[in-house]
Amino acid sequence: MNDATPLVEMRDMNVSFGGVHAVENVSIDLRPGEILALVGGNGAGKSTLVKTLSGAQRPDSGQIYLEGEPVTIDNPRDAKAYGIETIYQTLALAENIDAPGNMFLGRELTTSLGNLDDSGMEAAARKVMARLNPKFQNFKTPVASLSGGQRQSVAIARAVHFNARILIMDEPTAALGPAETEQVRQLIRQLKQEGIGIILISHDIHDVFDMSDRISVMLQGRLVGTVKRDDVTMDEVLAMIIIGKLPSEVSQSELEDLTN
Amino acid sequence: MSVTEAPTTETELNEDPPPRRSFKEAVRSAEIDTRMVGMLTLLILIWIGFHFMSGGTFLTPRNLWNLSVQFAPVAIMATGMVLIIVSRNIDLSVGSMLGLVGMAMAILQAEILPDLLGFGHPALWIIVLLAGLAMGALVGMFQGFIVAYVGVPSFIVTLGGLLVWRGVAWSLASGRTVAPMDSTFQLLGGGSDGSLGGTGSWIVAALACLSIVALLIYDRRQRRRYGFRLRPLWAVIALGTVGCLAVIGAVWVMNSYYLPENLARQVAEAQGIAWPEGGLRIPLGISYPVLIALGVMLIMGFVATRRRFGRYVYSIGGNPEAAELGGINTRWTIVKTFMVMGILVGVAGAVTIARLNAATSGLGTLAELYVIAAAVIGGTSLAGGLGTIPGAVLGALVMQSLQSGMVLMRVDAPLQDIVVGVVLVAAVAVDVYYRKRAEA
Repeated sequence: MNDATPLVEMRDMNVSFGGVHAVENVSIDLRPGEILALVGGNGAGKSTLVKTLSGAQRPDSGQIYLEGEPVTIDNPRDAKAYGIETIYQTLALAENIDAPGNMFLGRELTTSLGNLDDSGMEAAARKVMARLNPKFQNFKTPVASLSGGQRQSVAIARAVHFNARILIMDEPTAALGPAETEQVRQLIRQLKQEGIGIILISHDIHDVFDMSDRISVMLQGRLVGTVKRDDVTMDEVLAMIIIGKLPSEVSQSELEDLTN
Repeated sequence: MSVTEAPTTETELNEDPPPRRSFKEAVRSAEIDTRMVGMLTLLILIWIGFHFMSGGTFLTPRNLWNLSVQFAPVAIMATGMVLIIVSRNIDLSVGSMLGLVGMAMAILQAEILPDLLGFGHPALWIIVLLAGLAMGALVGMFQGFIVAYVGVPSFIVTLGGLLVWRGVAWSLASGRTVAPMDSTFQLLGGGSDGSLGGTGSWIVAALACLSIVALLIYDRRQRRRYGFRLRPLWAVIALGTVGCLAVIGAVWVMNSYYLPENLARQVAEAQGIAWPEGGLRIPLGISYPVLIALGVMLIMGFVATRRRFGRYVYSIGGNPEAAELGGINTRWTIVKTFMVMGILVGVAGAVTIARLNAATSGLGTLAELYVIAAAVIGGTSLAGGLGTIPGAVLGALVMQSLQSGMVLMRVDAPLQDIVVGVVLVAAVAVDVYYRKRAEA
């Protein structure tokens, strides 16, 4: 698997906001069927980095390759056309529109006359939800009236429905209870089995160790390094997150300081 | 403590049967829009109130017919204002735009085109109308562009427009009143000739009833096809019956307003009919402005709920960021809402100058207030994301009823303005109250 051409390769990405380098010369790659965890403290630049892949943020410089081909992603439409789906931390749901409407937002099904095919969209939504969250039944009410977990289900259903090749999940379990979190984990494993490449942003170090194949750590806009999950301990990853030192650079006393 | 108490509360909740469940359930299963029902009730109360306060002159065919003609321009523009407000913008310039586009159409047909095509040319009215719509679209697009691409808040852009377009309209005619309008063009404004007449109106009523029935059947078929929950049959039959009765009632009222005697005599003479003993009763029926307003309502309602453009407008109002991330071209969508508004201002302007048979420099003054009030009373939330086209049309009917009723009661113009202002603020206050309650 390691020899395969990466599904995604982001090389030397740079994003700055008014002189502040949110992302500075970061390069990461993602292989088919791999879960890459992207971790780091608040403001480390994780979300900004993946936004350049999902089309929500234009990079100042850097090149993105999909299966070795250089591509330009100017907006979310471009990203979706390449099979890149994103579950945003904010969920990005229109509160006043129902679940099927949100799932198909910007990609509505239409009848032959170009009218919205609401029944068709609802039927498709029911089909996806039956797999993700069988208890979900509120297909007619605006998502504003749904619980946090249900809203998250809608956001996940949207990403799953369109047969993504690459899935970006920004804190996908943040609003979920334990049972729903387990459901999402199951789903992530299942998608991995199907060969989808997943970039997982998470604050939960246990989540990260449980799910990921490799871990990329960011600190203050820079990439500290990318390590294989099996090669490191949790403390070593914490050292990367907090003091920005790779396992080979960090000293025993520094590790002990962190754990105390 | 809280741990031991929690189960008790839960069982209590489970054992307590929800009060008055059957009625609420019935309303929900029938999928009746309670807000619309509330507005209809308000309208009926206003009508009955004015009828008594005006000494029985309000609920007469004559007054209701006139009311329907006057309500048309406000209703036409209110449908566009819904899309503007839903997408979190506002258009304060519609009154001045109506003045400008109306004046331009008047000058075109009274002063420019007769010299080129000859007076009373049969194509004159349509050229003027299309020019008016194009001009409205252009002005709207210009304002929308500044809002969406330059990033100036719509409140400021259209506040500027309110002054600018009024000024341009004035300078077009140097403050003159331009008249008369082309005779075919005048039909757009209603009047004795600009109506469908008795038979035509009944045909429209029949078509409307058939469409209501067809839509209900189609909806039921769609639901069955996808295996969704069906509305109870009683609800479908009730909706159909009420809808058809409302249509028939409205047309009956319109058909109960007859041509004034002197005009009826002219018709009799022209057609060589002998003047009968009891007088000739020629029903006016549905006027063209009302027909236009209803057509606009149907098209706009369709666009708002059944087309991508409408869905995008609502999603921008609900969450602009989500719309953007969904891949929607939000800026262009905003420009389009202002263009649609401009076109509708063109339609309303044509109806208005056709009815007045002239364009004055004050044409459309304060129309923005009536239009915004109609949209807001009709359930459009100024916070964006919420609002319906039929609601706004109903809101326009409420606003026009208030005005018309006050005229019947001989209320002074300044007091009329005070009432309109108070109603506008009160409507928004009610909206804010309901939204706060919905959030809690």
